[in-house]
Amino acid sequence: MPMEHVDGEDKGKIVLFALSTCQWCRKTRLLLEELKVDFSYIYVDLLEGEERSEIIEEVKKYNPQLSFPTLVLDDGDVIVGFNEEGIREALA
Amino acid sequence: MSQTDDARVDEFYERLKEQVEEAGYHLNSDVEFTKALLESILVNEDRYGYGACPCRLASGIKEEDLDIICPCYYRDPDLEEYDACYCGLYVSGDILSGEKQLTAIPERRPAPDERIVRSEDETGTLGLESISNLPLPVWRCGVCGYLCAREGPPEICPICKVGKERFERFI
Repeated sequence: MPMEHVDGEDKGKIVLFALSTCQWCRKTRLLLEELKVDFSYIYVDLLEGEERSEIIEEVKKYNPQLSFPTLVLDDGDVIVGFNEEGIREALA
Repeated sequence: MSQTDDARVDEFYERLKEQVEEAGYHLNSDVEFTKALLESILVNEDRYGYGACPCRLASGIKEEDLDIICPCYYRDPDLEEYDACYCGLYVSGDILSGEKQLTAIPERRPAPDERIVRSEDETGTLGLESISNLPLPVWRCGVCGYLCAREGPPEICPICKVGKERFERFI
């Protein structure tokens, strides 16, 4: 899986499913960087073929509406959209 | 981004701003944010052949994405309910004046399994038998709701300027 990784404080496995063209996804990524947590992210719009289908099915498991950003936290919590307060609280 | 791309985004911004203001809409006054979205729409135009919403995953198949070509079918209801479109590209007068703050809003587009894709020959299925003997069909612009009674939809919506593929037969 072509995940990008950002080093930071270990708060468990954090994965951000995002679009490269979306400003709310960008804000979410920047917030995670600001919070200095360890996380991985993937731009789903840049994927092709089987890889794309696989990731889409994975995102739909967490968020059936397939909207972005979809942030999956270690404890299985899912935060959909740029919910700054929710993300800060969850990773405090 | 290269100089040429910068110029292309600037030109797009100026043209769109004038056009939407004329139609009674407002672009986000955060110019940096707005231009980043417009740049992404141009990226999608190059990538898919149509300016899909930058904040949604386009399929690459235009017929499946007619609802999310910017301006999308969800812009007006979102402006009405949340004072902004899903991306934050279009905002209400209240946000423009600073009376309300821009925030991210929930997705209104149905989930992939719940979407209805209309094929071209599947129009006029509203079952309005009683007015089926009108002399002309009525076409509705999916973006702004403009209605017109004529043989076919206009090439370009005279109100919001989107192309005729965004029209559906209404009656």
